[in-house]
Amino acid sequence: MAMRCERCQEKRATVHITDTVPEKRERHLCDECAEKEGVIVKQSHQTTNEILQQFIKMKTGMAAGDDLSCPRCGITFREFQLKGLLGCAHDYTAFHKVLMPLVERAHEGATHHVGKVPSTAGETARRQGGLVRLRRELQEAIDQENYELAARVRDQIQALESSDAQKP
Amino acid sequence: MTLDELIKTPGEWLRGTGPLSDIVVSSRVRLARNVADFPFLSTAGASERTEICRHVSDGISRTSLSKDSLFVNVQEADVLDQQVLVERHLISRQHAASEGSRGVVIAHDETHALMINEEDHLRMQAFRSGLQLEALWEDINAVDDAVAAQVSFAFDRQFGFLTACPTNVGTGLRVSVMLHLPALKMTREIERVARAARDMHLAVRGLHGEGTEAAGDLYQVSNQTTLGKTEEGIVRTFQSTIIPKIVEYERAARESLLKHSATALDDKVWRAFGILSHARRISSEETQALLSPIRMGVNMGRFDVIDIHTLNELFLYTQPAHLQKRHGKPLSDDDRDVARAEYLRKQLLHTR
Repeated sequence: MAMRCERCQEKRATVHITDTVPEKRERHLCDECAEKEGVIVKQSHQTTNEILQQFIKMKTGMAAGDDLSCPRCGITFREFQLKGLLGCAHDYTAFHKVLMPLVERAHEGATHHVGKVPSTAGETARRQGGLVRLRRELQEAIDQENYELAARVRDQIQALESSDAQKP
Repeated sequence: MTLDELIKTPGEWLRGTGPLSDIVVSSRVRLARNVADFPFLSTAGASERTEICRHVSDGISRTSLSKDSLFVNVQEADVLDQQVLVERHLISRQHAASEGSRGVVIAHDETHALMINEEDHLRMQAFRSGLQLEALWEDINAVDDAVAAQVSFAFDRQFGFLTACPTNVGTGLRVSVMLHLPALKMTREIERVARAARDMHLAVRGLHGEGTEAAGDLYQVSNQTTLGKTEEGIVRTFQSTIIPKIVEYERAARESLLKHSATALDDKVWRAFGILSHARRISSEETQALLSPIRMGVNMGRFDVIDIHTLNELFLYTQPAHLQKRHGKPLSDDDRDVARAEYLRKQLLHTR
């Protein structure tokens, strides 16, 4: 017998996924529920901006960020929703709460930068960022069974950590 | 160095060399950056826009990048010159079409092009022909370091490099590879490949990026996710997993065509050559569509009337802006089609 969707318990489950974050579990959903949960996106010829704008509009009701505005550039969250573009760097702070779900959805659930840190961001930030980056690289190398690379990265992490420990 | 001199050769991305260049036409990486302490462009006024443009271009001019490069004031450039830059993939269509103070810094060999005031204050791009993403990342990383020493970029501990659109936040890195996939198109497998790519959070687009048709069976594959992954990780996945896989599918489709319908394949190539070398008027779209089977024939070693270098020249110089530039004056649509056919006849029958 066909498997039922675990969300609506009605339609046939057609989407089968394995979550790995926060824990490993299997999920079985119908097309509609999968779309609602943001697991799949309907095929379309829309541009990324259009899709993002639609998604923002869809989210408007729940987000309730309409009245938020940025004290620096002055745009409201609603204006961002219409344009799809932020007004200044501070918007990421001013709209943090309502922006977060959008960011997560656009980036496969990611919430934090683990890549390059500019030298201007300060030595501490760079070292910390470097560690986060290297740990991620280590994981990627292990996932790809590239053990030679993994060993190199592990050595780099140890070097960075020990240089960290020597500092007061 | 002027724009007119640039036009004399096809530029880096159409060199036709590099790893897997029988299928991978070119590789590109781009970093999106914004200057700290300036608003993003959607809220910047005209004078702020000008100030940002000056601040960024001054910063770039203090680096060694400026030595062998050309600055084009895109705002003041005429429409034909803007279009030439688009056809050479040095600026985006949006950059050409937008308004206000903006420009581009282009390396003489066209290996870099830094767009100022596109969607973000600065979008740095590096190009190479064939599949060379790891080398490109090294290139652009060095460019980024050099510019960052002069201009401080908006950066956040959690979100990384801050961009106008949250879809680019984090690394601001977009890796994109242009692939020639005529056999997958002919065998109708292209949709399956495109679907699989989209399931992997990749974008598959036509020749000129977002929302464009795949003219000449050229497809651009690029990453969508820019947060939560390292630059090296994104690049490595493309270089060693994603692109080789697509290349493998295209190769298999070509072999299958060869095995089951070699005559039909040769016929398609030679008919394309026949039309291109004898037409009296021809549109840009038809030219690109016909150059595609010839490109495949050349790369499969089944057609040697022209080489890949000539083919890439034809590909670029038959596009509207290049055609008019080389003709020396703007032409109407009809005149363009006649001039294009003349140019093609001269090139193709001459090289025999």
